[in-house]
Amino acid sequence: MKTLLLALCFALSFSSWASAQTHLVQDVLQSQRTLIEESSRNTIGPAIDALVASGLPQMQTVLEVWQAKDMWQRKADGLFFRATKNADGMYTLRSLDTGAEVSTAASTDLSQLKPNSGVRAMIATALVQFQLSDPDPVKRADALVSISRDPGAALLAPLRAYITAETDEGILARKTRLERLMTMAYDSDVASRVAAIDQMSGDLGVDFRATLNPILTTTRVISQTPPEANIAQEVIAGSDALTRELAYALLVAAGDAPVEISKEARDTALQANIEGGRIAGFPVAQLSTEAARDEAYDALVSGNLAAPRVTSADIDASLANVRFFDVYTEPSQVVTAAAEAALAASETRVAISQAADLGLDALSLASIYFLAAIGLAITFGVMGVINMAHGEFIMMGAYTGYVVQLFVPNHTASILIAVPLAFAVTFAAGVALERLVVRWLYHRPLETLLATFGVSIALQQLAKNIFGTQARPLTAPAWLDGAWAINDVVSISYIRIAIFILALLFFALFVFIMKRTRLGLETRAVTQNPRMAASMGINPDRVNMLTFGLGSGIAGIAGVAIGLFAKVTSEMGSDYIVQSFMTVVVGGVGNIWGTLAGAAMIGGFQKGIEFLNPSNTLAAQSYMIIFIIIFIQFRPRGIIALKGRAAGD
Amino acid sequence: MNKSFIARNPSVLIFLSILALFTLVVTVLSEGFGVGVISTSFVKVLGKTLCLCLIAIAMDLIWGYAGILSLGHFAFFGLGGYMIGMWLMYERTRQIVVGSLSEGVLPPTPEEITAGIGNQIFGVVGSSEFPLVWAFADSLVLQLVFVLAVPGVLALVFGWLAFRSRVTGVYLSILTQAMTLGLSLYLFQNASGLRGNNGLSGLQNLPGVTAPQSVVSLWFFWASALALGLGYLLIAWVVSGKFGSVIRGIRDNEARVRFLGYSVETYKLAVFTLTACISGIAGALYYPQAGIINPAEVAPIASIYLAVWVAIGGRGRLYGAVIGAAFVSLVSSWFTGGQAPDVSLGFYTVKWVDWWLVLLGLSFVFVTLYAPNGIGGLIDLFKRKRKETDA
Repeated sequence: MKTLLLALCFALSFSSWASAQTHLVQDVLQSQRTLIEESSRNTIGPAIDALVASGLPQMQTVLEVWQAKDMWQRKADGLFFRATKNADGMYTLRSLDTGAEVSTAASTDLSQLKPNSGVRAMIATALVQFQLSDPDPVKRADALVSISRDPGAALLAPLRAYITAETDEGILARKTRLERLMTMAYDSDVASRVAAIDQMSGDLGVDFRATLNPILTTTRVISQTPPEANIAQEVIAGSDALTRELAYALLVAAGDAPVEISKEARDTALQANIEGGRIAGFPVAQLSTEAARDEAYDALVSGNLAAPRVTSADIDASLANVRFFDVYTEPSQVVTAAAEAALAASETRVAISQAADLGLDALSLASIYFLAAIGLAITFGVMGVINMAHGEFIMMGAYTGYVVQLFVPNHTASILIAVPLAFAVTFAAGVALERLVVRWLYHRPLETLLATFGVSIALQQLAKNIFGTQARPLTAPAWLDGAWAINDVVSISYIRIAIFILALLFFALFVFIMKRTRLGLETRAVTQNPRMAASMGINPDRVNMLTFGLGSGIAGIAGVAIGLFAKVTSEMGSDYIVQSFMTVVVGGVGNIWGTLAGAAMIGGFQKGIEFLNPSNTLAAQSYMIIFIIIFIQFRPRGIIALKGRAAGD
Repeated sequence: MNKSFIARNPSVLIFLSILALFTLVVTVLSEGFGVGVISTSFVKVLGKTLCLCLIAIAMDLIWGYAGILSLGHFAFFGLGGYMIGMWLMYERTRQIVVGSLSEGVLPPTPEEITAGIGNQIFGVVGSSEFPLVWAFADSLVLQLVFVLAVPGVLALVFGWLAFRSRVTGVYLSILTQAMTLGLSLYLFQNASGLRGNNGLSGLQNLPGVTAPQSVVSLWFFWASALALGLGYLLIAWVVSGKFGSVIRGIRDNEARVRFLGYSVETYKLAVFTLTACISGIAGALYYPQAGIINPAEVAPIASIYLAVWVAIGGRGRLYGAVIGAAFVSLVSSWFTGGQAPDVSLGFYTVKWVDWWLVLLGLSFVFVTLYAPNGIGGLIDLFKRKRKETDA
């Protein structure tokens, strides 16, 4: 086979010379006629090779026609044609050389070539080499995909042959990588396989690990002495890797030991031997324990009415005689050793990358929590007002985005409109809430909690009445689709990056407003001492109203951001409200840095717990809450506690 | 002592008389024992309402009297329900399994029975093994102890942690809410061992009882009424004495009570744990009447509704809590059950199923703003008027 392929490469490299010959496709086909007519997987190889070796430019089409079962043979002279069925039931025959119409014939005068699936696969392999040198780069890339999907030793040589001629850099890199991978798996020379493995050792690609894994597959062999093969390890029966039960089951499967009598088999045997309400002398009614049933069964055995039970001692005796070995299917020990080392190196790097990926996940979760909580950091953190309707402001923001998208189909434009509009809507709602409810309750925080909760259920139900219970989409602009993949393991979606940036922007905005603007100064003054602030000419009512509105407005913008990756439902606010309060409380009330730290800590820990117990994100949240309760024991005022008078009480 | 306590609190006697009269009337009108005017399902609704009244007076004790707004008492309620539900489900499944296995040729072994029950109960969550929490599910006595012990111990540990780090006011409310959320999320997963979001079902069937539901529902109704009566008596007694004065002092000015030498944390912890145990009992009586319990029942929103009932009924007066719970939950089920007539405004028809929550939320805001004493406040107003006319 190898020589054939070499010959083939040779022939192909001189294709210009070959095509100068006056060979016709029909001649080549006729020279292989008997093989083609027989069309068997075992014999067709030389025929296909000859077709390819002819180097005729039409040969790709011929193979495709043959593969598609469109090649017919005229019975009269045995010539091959491409035939298409006409409306009148006759077949139009076309020359395989020129494509020109030759004649028409009835189906009785023709016989169709029907290559079976094995033959078609071989044709496909032969076609790959045409595709690999196809002038269209898309087709070349497709060929690479189809090779990597179904690689085989036969494809290695054609792939190598077309690497040097490749002009497209991207495809060249892919071809080279595929060639290395296939060298590892299929090259006949052990040294070049090991070289390929060593060269790619530590690579992060899934394809690399997928290539190594079959090299390292093992089968478990039962044997008294170490077998003459590439042994991976000896497995001790009764260890964690091979339990006694499993080892014995292997022996049974190999026919080296009698089958254990299962409880079901025992009970079936017992039931089959009931005589006059008794089994081997034992009354049936007494057999209500396992021990009694075992005893009755043993009595059956001694009466030769059933097969003896396999006792624990029997199992031990059977296992004492044999040893178990894991044997690589790959015969070369050098290759498996290199593969083991390369895989270990990869796994280390994969683990590091996964840790980095987890870090990114945690960061994006933290920025989501931060976004959801930042409005609260103003209303609750700075003003000390518990606003249970905060989550509903997030929801209102998201629905504003949804409504805008109903009118503005362009996603980029609609988001740009939705953000300020969401701010406006929730700012107005916040001001209304402050004027109508909150300001009457400034000295009764528990009552504020309850009243705003009333607002929260009313708003939630209102949204349900208007928008229905099903989730509404808020579609991100196309340029936010997709993900930034650093390697095969570490990737982060653009939307999460955008949210991270948005969170940073909000953070900066908050700090700016609080520290650098008149409103921030007045807010801080009113929070610390409203009466003193009032005597300095600040209107506390106005400041409270604006601050509350600002906090609510930011919640609205956060709603647009959250709606981009989560579904917009009337209940989305309640998903965030408890976490948001936790973020603010854990971080330390009244300090934006605290909120940032709180979000980072909660996000980080939650992702960490999820990583340790990946199947269960619900449990992660439960443990997170337990953690928070314990954390508050040690820092009751949060990570960053205000000191002195500002702390108030 | 007891006599003087009753004499000092005529409202207790009045309440107990009304409760007894109510129980009698319902019994006479029921299908099980009486003339059949009240359907069995409505008897269950009334029985459940009595359980809600019981947890409402517990809530009133901790919020109205001790000033601790706990948003976690429905978690204790749910835990009580889960504890009794485990026995009910285990025992009933055991009887079914034993019944079906006995039809086989060989008498069933204990192992076969256990495996059969495990398959029946945990098949829905893809398991057949008994989780550790079910270790004592076969014992009614132990599970009844757990009805008190599990909420009690949870409240003790949580309260100890929270009170000792001086978490007060809204922070405590949020922390209790987080506890409830954590518990419900935990119960939602299949690995919790309590059948995940399937919850426990078939609880209305008492194992070994052949009496029809119309009779069983009355048993539970009586038990609920008895529990409410005893609970009312206990809490009224607690708040009438020195203990009551201290916790009211803590509500009004915690620092001052501490400076007077009282161990504020101990008092709070005692109230928190006591009310958690009462909530557990209420839950254990509620869920066999409801027939099913699942983690959604424990969700934070339920505990907030509890606060809403007590606030609407009127805090700091036990009858207020009872009125609030009974009134709001019955009106709620009337509105959401679709029995309330729709109101046509010409251009829009107000369907109460959709608009009831909006109304409830807004009326709640209204009560908080303008009637902080709730419905109970009306009775106070009436009393004061009468005093004035007397004078």
